[in-house]
Amino acid sequence: MSFLQYPDYFRIQDLLTDEHVLIRNSVREWVDKQVKPIINEACQNHSSPNYLIKQMGELGVLGSFIPSKYGGGGFDKIAYGLMMQELEAGDSAIRSTASVQSSLVMYPIFLFGSEQQKQKYLPKLATGELVGSFGLTEPNHGSDPSAMETKFVSDGGNVILNGSKMWITNAPIADIAVVWAKDETGKISGLIVERGFDGFTTPETHNKWSLRASATGELVFDAVKVPKENILPNIAGLKGPMTCLNSARYGIAWGAIGAASDCYSVALNYANERKQFGKSISAFQLTQKKLAEMLTKITAAQLMAYRVGQLLDLEKANPQQISMIKRHNVNMALEVAREARQILGAMGISGDYPVMRHIMNLESVITYEGTHDIHLLITGYDITGVSAFNS
Amino acid sequence: MKALVCIGHVPDTTSKIKFVNNNTEFDTSDIQYIVGPYEELGLTRLLDLKTAGLDLHITVANVGVQETEATLRKALAMGADDAVRVNAAPKDALFVSKQIANIFKQADYDFVLTGKESIDYNSGEVDGMIAEFLGITSVSGVSKFDIAGNTAQMEREIDGGKEIISSGFPFVVSAGKGFAIEPRIPNMRGIMSARTKKITIVEPENIEDATSTVKFHTPPPRPACKKIAPDNVEELVRLLHEEAKVI
Repeated sequence: MSFLQYPDYFRIQDLLTDEHVLIRNSVREWVDKQVKPIINEACQNHSSPNYLIKQMGELGVLGSFIPSKYGGGGFDKIAYGLMMQELEAGDSAIRSTASVQSSLVMYPIFLFGSEQQKQKYLPKLATGELVGSFGLTEPNHGSDPSAMETKFVSDGGNVILNGSKMWITNAPIADIAVVWAKDETGKISGLIVERGFDGFTTPETHNKWSLRASATGELVFDAVKVPKENILPNIAGLKGPMTCLNSARYGIAWGAIGAASDCYSVALNYANERKQFGKSISAFQLTQKKLAEMLTKITAAQLMAYRVGQLLDLEKANPQQISMIKRHNVNMALEVAREARQILGAMGISGDYPVMRHIMNLESVITYEGTHDIHLLITGYDITGVSAFNS
Repeated sequence: MKALVCIGHVPDTTSKIKFVNNNTEFDTSDIQYIVGPYEELGLTRLLDLKTAGLDLHITVANVGVQETEATLRKALAMGADDAVRVNAAPKDALFVSKQIANIFKQADYDFVLTGKESIDYNSGEVDGMIAEFLGITSVSGVSKFDIAGNTAQMEREIDGGKEIISSGFPFVVSAGKGFAIEPRIPNMRGIMSARTKKITIVEPENIEDATSTVKFHTPPPRPACKKIAPDNVEELVRLLHEEAKVI
């Protein structure tokens, strides 16, 4: 195969192992063959190419860092980052599905679940036979999940769950949902809610201008009877969902590099080919300024993501560092995508090029899994020791 | 049944080709290497036959220095069983063929598969030379390949039609376009299992150089495009005859 060359100005590839490079190239090849040819139409029609989920399972990008005894790949965090990077070069919705399945569904079951829960769910989630979703955000509680209203009360061998979750990736197609809710004492627990439980519905959220290649929806619980054996036994409190979000945010920081690299590569080719005033527009200083700044930003983001990946693999990374790269890299990708769109002129808004689609997707990515502002305040809190958002 | 599959370590087709040392050496800096596309199709077809139930052990081999192991590792991740690397820079087709023939003699392989040509030097000679060294049948540029019992069924394009060939074992086959539809993409499980697959390193048999490189030339830059009005056929014919000298 011949593969697309994405920017690598500081030779990050030399820092990778041969196996990392093979992982990156294999996922890139899959994205080139299976995602890029269909993704514009899927987004234009707001239809999810759900058949790709099983293909992702076959490829092995669902739960790549979960041990192989549970169907995962047992790969390190750099490998996971590279997978997310390549998937998002295709589309943020495809990467979102892999992120949610890996970090927000498989990871909490692996970390906090019973052996029986792990055996029951993880292998099928790894193959894509089961699709998972993650319920934390509520209509009235986004950045403030500790005030969540979704609650459960004990009822013999079951609990009765009431409440609702909103903006949930893959909710309409999910077979299971890992839902965070409070018990009678106000303690947060994770519950595995299966499709088919009485009172559990997943209405789709329509009219999105972003992530149009994946279905977003609500998780609504109307006195849903959940067996107590479906409660994740080894976690209590907000640390549970936050641990999962850290893993997902780390993947997003890599994914953003993929989207930015795709925009940059398209813009560079376009600038070299498009002629105005008798010369390529890449010969104009203002185009060169845009391209040079785009490449500088991508390079900085690559180094940040790589370093945090190293720290994660050494078990030395902290959530504040992950906040910083999620915020920085997604913002970087949006800036790069917007500059790319300028370089493409009117063609920049056309579905014939990926740039506008990436911009629209990234407007979600910059908000979900911790908003741009909240992540800044996490850094502020870390610097000063004073929380600007907790009273 | 045992197959020996030659795996080329070649520059990605989008690479910018440059030469150094007074145009006598290929500049390998900034080059991404890939499995030769024809070998990739060949290996994919054999893996498909294996998946369909054929009892086939696939050994992949190349003649190359240590850095080519990444390319062999990809072939192992695709599903090959083990690998042999002849520890030498591949000098030319004769040198490579001699090494591959030596590997073939050291185990009970049933056939050798190569690509129809490498996509860097494009000599297209290795398959024929291996067969000559081994004194066995060679079928080149095959576009369809199947194995049934003790016979391999092959098909290849010829002028005005197709040639159907059947051969007993052993033989050398070179894979061309159509051998498989799409090359197999290694999945993560394949990449993980490739970690523990064995790459045996053997030293080359040195033979006298049959060729030497005098100089490389890159193709001349493409001249500007000339546009001729659709109704001006005479001018088109004149230019093709007098300037391009192709008719």
